Amino acid sequence: MTQAPDTTPLVKIRDIRIDGRSDETWLPIIKGVNLTLQRGQVLGLIGESGAGKSTLGLAAMGYTRDGVRISGGSVEFDGIDLLTASAAVKRDLLGKRIAYVAQSAAASFNPAHRLIDQHVEAPVQHGIAGRKDSAEDGIALYRKLRLPNPEEIGFRYPHQVSGGQLQRAMTAMAMSCRPDLIIFDEPTTALDVTTQIEVLSAIRDIVAQYNTAAIYITHDLAVVAQMADRIKVLLRGEEIETADTRTMLTAPVQDYTKSLWAVRSFERPAKPAVQTGAVPLVSVRNVDAAYGKEKVLHDVSFDIHAGRTVAVVGESGSGKSTTARCITGLLPPMAGQILFDGAPLPPDYRKRSKDQLRQIQMIYQMADTALNPRMSVGQIIARPVQFYLGLTGKAKRQRVDALLNQIELDPAEYYNRLPSELSGGQKQRIGIARALAAEPRFIICDEVTSALDQLVAEGILRLLARLQDELSLSYMFITHDLATVRAIADEVVVMKDGYVVEQGPKAEMFSPPHHAYTDLLLSSVPEMDPDWLTNLLVERGVDNIGDAAVNEL
Amino acid sequence: MGNVLTIILQRLALGFLTLLVVSVVIFVAVNLLPGDFAQSILGQGATPESVAAIRRDLGLDQPMVTRYFSWLGGALQGDFGSSFAQASFANFTGSDSGAGSVAQQIAPRFANTMFLAAVSAAIAVPFALVLGVLAALYRNSVFDRATNIFTLSSISSPEFFLAYVLILFLAVLNPILPSVSNIFADMAFSDRLEKTLLPALTLTLVVTAHMMRMTRAAIINLLSSPYIEMARLKGMSPLRVIVRHALPNALAPIINVVAINLAYLITGVVVVEVVFVYPGIGQLFVDSVKFRDIPVVQACCLIFAAAYILLNLTADIMSILSNPRLRHPK
Repeated sequence: MTQAPDTTPLVKIRDIRIDGRSDETWLPIIKGVNLTLQRGQVLGLIGESGAGKSTLGLAAMGYTRDGVRISGGSVEFDGIDLLTASAAVKRDLLGKRIAYVAQSAAASFNPAHRLIDQHVEAPVQHGIAGRKDSAEDGIALYRKLRLPNPEEIGFRYPHQVSGGQLQRAMTAMAMSCRPDLIIFDEPTTALDVTTQIEVLSAIRDIVAQYNTAAIYITHDLAVVAQMADRIKVLLRGEEIETADTRTMLTAPVQDYTKSLWAVRSFERPAKPAVQTGAVPLVSVRNVDAAYGKEKVLHDVSFDIHAGRTVAVVGESGSGKSTTARCITGLLPPMAGQILFDGAPLPPDYRKRSKDQLRQIQMIYQMADTALNPRMSVGQIIARPVQFYLGLTGKAKRQRVDALLNQIELDPAEYYNRLPSELSGGQKQRIGIARALAAEPRFIICDEVTSALDQLVAEGILRLLARLQDELSLSYMFITHDLATVRAIADEVVVMKDGYVVEQGPKAEMFSPPHHAYTDLLLSSVPEMDPDWLTNLLVERGVDNIGDAAVNEL
Repeated sequence: MGNVLTIILQRLALGFLTLLVVSVVIFVAVNLLPGDFAQSILGQGATPESVAAIRRDLGLDQPMVTRYFSWLGGALQGDFGSSFAQASFANFTGSDSGAGSVAQQIAPRFANTMFLAAVSAAIAVPFALVLGVLAALYRNSVFDRATNIFTLSSISSPEFFLAYVLILFLAVLNPILPSVSNIFADMAFSDRLEKTLLPALTLTLVVTAHMMRMTRAAIINLLSSPYIEMARLKGMSPLRVIVRHALPNALAPIINVVAINLAYLITGVVVVEVVFVYPGIGQLFVDSVKFRDIPVVQACCLIFAAAYILLNLTADIMSILSNPRLRHPK
């Protein structure tokens, strides 16, 4: 940081055009974007999925994935033209002066080698340091990134280390040659909020400490607000606008950017309290459940009343989806009961009547894999219509058309389409229509918006809210995203390690006093304020965030 | 590690069980073969009395279940009984030197077959793996295609044809290697190796394609993995990406294919042995079937089955060990 200011940019991308191949034709992914990055600066690249963020990030390294080509423009790194450079020249830069941190550290670490062996590979192969020196340096970096047991953790294999720790180990690996530039490609997207915050603060510290320039790719505006000096917004391969972080957050110029900022404002009005003595539609009573010998649910109890939404919140492994499996009968509980309208349901779905099955439907996280790719939209929705309601012929077709209208898709246009011809949001709508086709009273929504972009997700939430009002449905809404909870829930159930740690009406849950874990969850959700992370670290202390804080509970 | 040990013990027990089942199948199948030893040795002069006498001598008049268990009991102790042919020969000469035991008859032949298999494997396995790695490295290049065409045509040609082509080029036109592999017991290792080389090369041509193509496919299958992209983005050379990052994760399928081919080297070499007059177990097996020498046939079958099971078992265990998740549990 004491270096004399260097005015030549580290990365200079001019009018870059990138195509991706699809069915023998090249379609543009990036349509002429400029990007300039000074030494030591952090640039945030944001946009929805399909905006070309990762493609652009990789192009800054002179790299394209299979089936992708750079068809025009230029990429210069420190004066070296990466598009005309030979493979050997590029190999010499990659890992040494330009490093990459991938979205899923669990998939991007080689499962066959220890962390430290992978850490020292770049320095040793690039001839920067010997094995021993760079291993020692690795341990020092692990310590700086606040990994537990820095002396020992490197000798583990990737599968022996948790996701958040792996992501920090990967940041350490990127730092192993002290590069001038690191590309962070959604490094915290796959992590839980309490873990994310730890990784964010570790990345931010180390980048500042070594004055490394970085391109930080994410779809999460609040995250990028903490990390970047400047923000560039991309939409379908084109730049919408670029500005420094504070300006961008307070005064976005373009309508699209404004709409991104506005998403977080959706919130349903609170419903009147449930009458005392009302019979809940679904009641989970003291349920214990296990996979094999491993017990994963402990004495879980909560009620869902007619026409209301209960959000079940918790981090991965907390037992949210397992609870849903118990309610649907896919995983018969070891102990406890599921009551529907006051009457106990048989634990195993095979023992339930068709009518009992019809009342409880599910919508899944990955609409992609939940729809049969070989069946048309019409067939997918018609199947439950015929199975549960016994409609055939014209009546069936009319019902399917009505359902398509309900989810705001035109039957004439969509009836014969295959899932592959739909966008992510449309697929999720088909999933909703399929659930509605059974005319259920209760729907379990398992992370239905977490694979979707914010704008699309908001559309789905609004649709679900409207359907609830029209059809007086009850929802169990499984999510890890507290913004979604705020938007749609009436009651909240917080789960951790298979226990319900807190439950109550939404208004109570979002105002203190909280259970310590709820407090940690709430305080770990990034906010748009660029000073949020800094303030939080001052307030809580670096040792009182993430895994460390969870373990203290 | 206790985890792995349990798995290995389970596999061993399963392997033993399989062998037991196979022994029943072999025994029943061999006994269902048409014709019997007494009739085939007596030929034209077979009277019902003499046939019955020989059958009684050899215990062939006992019920099948009894014979199975007495055979199995012996086999478990390494005693495969007496060869019918040798036994009657011993009777004629009046000597009783024990030369008629099946074990004694098979042992040297089996050793020869193992030697041939070992030499072939020592050439074929590294050759196939290196070719597979190179083909994956230069995938879709001229080299890749040439390798594929070469190995595919060699696996598609009959073994005797490959054998004669090799004899033509390496023994007749350029007399580098002997075309006849007459091996005997007290031969020097180098002589033995020289005589074995030509059949071993033939077998190499036969088994390489399978292993090489699996190596190539297993590696290419992994090349779109995020950790391979990561290795590339660390600036590692293409060869290093493949050998260090892809290969260790591709070992399980490769090991399995190698095991199947090794088993073939032991059990499927009859044709090559005949062409090169190599005194292996394959020839003995065929001769014994011809003479209805049931104890030898059964013993050979059992050895073949054991070889298959043992090699597959080893492959299983090695693929398990190649998985770091099992070697190093959480």
